[in-house]
Amino acid sequence: MAKKSPTINGGSMSDISFLLLTFFLLTSSMDTDTGIARKLPQMLPPDAPKPEIHDRNVFKVAINFRDELQVQGQLSDLSVLRDMAKDFLANPSSDPKKSEIKIEEIPLLGAVPVSKGVVSLKSDRGTSYEMYIKVQNEITAAFRELRDELSEEKFGVKFADLTRDDQIEAIQDAIPLTISEAEPTNAVITTGGN
Amino acid sequence: MGRFRNNDSKEVPEINTGSMSDIIFMFLFFFMVITTIREATLYVRITPPGATEVQKLEKKSLVSFIYIGPPMDAQKYGTEPRIQLNDQISGVRDIAQFIEAERNARDEVDRPLMTTSLKADRSVKMGIITDVKQELRKVNALKINYSAAKARDVYGN
Repeated sequence: MAKKSPTINGGSMSDISFLLLTFFLLTSSMDTDTGIARKLPQMLPPDAPKPEIHDRNVFKVAINFRDELQVQGQLSDLSVLRDMAKDFLANPSSDPKKSEIKIEEIPLLGAVPVSKGVVSLKSDRGTSYEMYIKVQNEITAAFRELRDELSEEKFGVKFADLTRDDQIEAIQDAIPLTISEAEPTNAVITTGGN
Repeated sequence: MGRFRNNDSKEVPEINTGSMSDIIFMFLFFFMVITTIREATLYVRITPPGATEVQKLEKKSLVSFIYIGPPMDAQKYGTEPRIQLNDQISGVRDIAQFIEAERNARDEVDRPLMTTSLKADRSVKMGIITDVKQELRKVNALKINYSAAKARDVYGN
């Protein structure tokens, strides 16, 4: 009769796999990358016609090399930028100095006021990236709040909580993300992000 | 009666632990699959700026990273902010080639969805960022993402 082969003790196997498990638990980084999404404008040939924007519709934001903020030609502060941008774009008081409003028919929303306003952001080569992101953040927040307000009014939920694509598109059409970044020579409109 | 009763049934049977390792291995594979080991070793120091309006970067496989920050090895590269592409310190002129290589590594259907994430240190000046952005526009890589950490407010608290 053949000799019975000894059974291998599998008890320690789980210990080994536990060790491996803890190793991967510790080394795995579940951190998600976050950031502000933007879409750059297409490179236009130098002789391309510049888009005509009425001066009244441009909300001018500039940051100099000392990280000082200038809004609509006046020295300003980061804390008021968001509300100023919102007020300019929505223009609830129909101020002739603020952006024009056009009533447009948008599917799902009906007739809604669409702002023709454009935020123009100018920065210096010496502006710090941190300040630039702060300003971008405030401008994004202004658009996001306007979208939230419209979305709550029409659909009862915030813009970020919308699930249907056609609803998201409708809000995006009603409040387009119009940020223009001045290049060293000429201004080109950046639309997008999402 | 009592024909099926085992005589030594009062003893508690030992629990078979043989399948335990299988369960643990299953856990292990789960973690191995979801783990992303950092692809590039950083040669530049990056403390991302804080922002409140951040969005999650989706479809990580379609994201290419451009790191901008002061070099860690100041003796070799100086203290001025530099650009890191893949695994080496590069110049602005290398970006076009880098984007081209990243494009070629992806499926054709995925190429329009590709995003470039700018991971820049908060102390970096806009000059270098503008140069990078111009370079990206030249190669038509228009979807970008300014990497920023989620902060409670923009003042960094």
